[in-house]
Amino acid sequence: MPITAPDFAFLQTFVRERSAIVLDPGKEYLAESRLGPVARSAGLPGIGELVARLRVDPRGDLTDKVIEAMTTNETSFFRDVHPFEALRTHILPDLIKARSNERALNLWCAASSSGQEPYTIAMLLRENFPALIEWRIRFIATDLSQEMLRRSREGIYSQLEVNRGLPAKYLVKYFEKRGSDWQVKQELRSMIEFRELNLIKPWPSMPQFDIVFIRNVLIYFDLPTKRAILGNIRKLLRSDGYLFLGGAETTLSIDENFKRSQAGTTWCYRL
Amino acid sequence: MRALVVDDSKAMRVILSQLLRELRFEVVDACDGIDAIEKLKDAGTLDLALVDWNMPRMKGIDFVRHVRGQGLQPQMRIMMVTTETEMDYVQQALTAGADEYVMKPFTKDVILEKLGLLGITAG
Ligand SMILES: C[S@@+](CC[C@H](N)C(=O)[O-])C[C@H]1O[C@@H](n2cnc3c(N)ncnc32)[C@H](O)[C@@H]1O
Repeated sequence: MPITAPDFAFLQTFVRERSAIVLDPGKEYLAESRLGPVARSAGLPGIGELVARLRVDPRGDLTDKVIEAMTTNETSFFRDVHPFEALRTHILPDLIKARSNERALNLWCAASSSGQEPYTIAMLLRENFPALIEWRIRFIATDLSQEMLRRSREGIYSQLEVNRGLPAKYLVKYFEKRGSDWQVKQELRSMIEFRELNLIKPWPSMPQFDIVFIRNVLIYFDLPTKRAILGNIRKLLRSDGYLFLGGAETTLSIDENFKRSQAGTTWCYRL
Repeated sequence: MRALVVDDSKAMRVILSQLLRELRFEVVDACDGIDAIEKLKDAGTLDLALVDWNMPRMKGIDFVRHVRGQGLQPQMRIMMVTTETEMDYVQQALTAGADEYVMKPFTKDVILEKLGLLGITAG
């Protein structure tokens, strides 16, 4: 059943207040296709009833499910390849030199979805910089979605997910077969702390980071939200640190404190 | 760029060949390992081979061993495209000299991303 205009307007505000995600007019079909299943699994006949429930009980159990259903979790191993190549060929070798006294590195993947992005970096570290095993590495990955965090900690991926972008030699080395699925080995899972973090709520205390990945999430937000988030990241990024955004994202005209900088065959942002 | 597609299923050969042609590959195809070795003889230089595992007469893995063992077409990147999904098969393929491994069923993006890993980009 098509969603009514007042119900869609309500959802726009509801989702925006809780995740900053902007549902533009014309995205009614998205609300219908994603919230239909949420309504059904809650035993409700349709979206009208689901919205009615949210109106009377906006802090109930259904809220998280609705927000999670409205986020896009699309991700893959080695997504866009170039940022990871840049880490391997330029950035990590430089950072390892710069931090050779401290022997410590802090990394953060924000909006890490089901975990493919942080695991890609973890594999890259193990594979190319084995000496870092002796260093103090803090690797934090965060997302808004409890379900995505649960999946990430478990590290179990379907055949289609490991088919996507994951080099076969890494599959063999860093995964174990579990029925028809594949699980990331404990050795890699234990490298990463998966934590809940809503980018538009106050952030928990975090260390100063050498590398921050926040890719393919700012695109869903409006300009003031992007600016606020980049401002917060700036406070957490070390003065010689590196920020990576998604291919369709930039700091230009949003936060002029960041300078776009060539990183191998792609761009990163620096202070 | 030139590619070889080896699969005993005609439908699969058509799908893969079409996908590669969209990427501006010139495609040669073969229906099993023996046929593929035959086709290699006068195919000229090839950049890529997509190879199924289970085929009559000669399996894909034996084709890979033959090609790598004889040092034929050393520049050719080999990607297995197969319904075999056990770890042991992936390992065997890599040991034999395959560069990548795709498990069927796949989507077009899967192939594109894997080609990207091999440094082969669209267009
Ligand atoms: C498209 S995925 C990006 C995954 C990965 N970074 C990548 O580029 O492949 C977007 C993720 O952002 C998360 N997200 C959306 N709004 C968020 C918010 N306000 N705070 C934190 N995470 C959010 C979603 O849960 C989703 O997992």
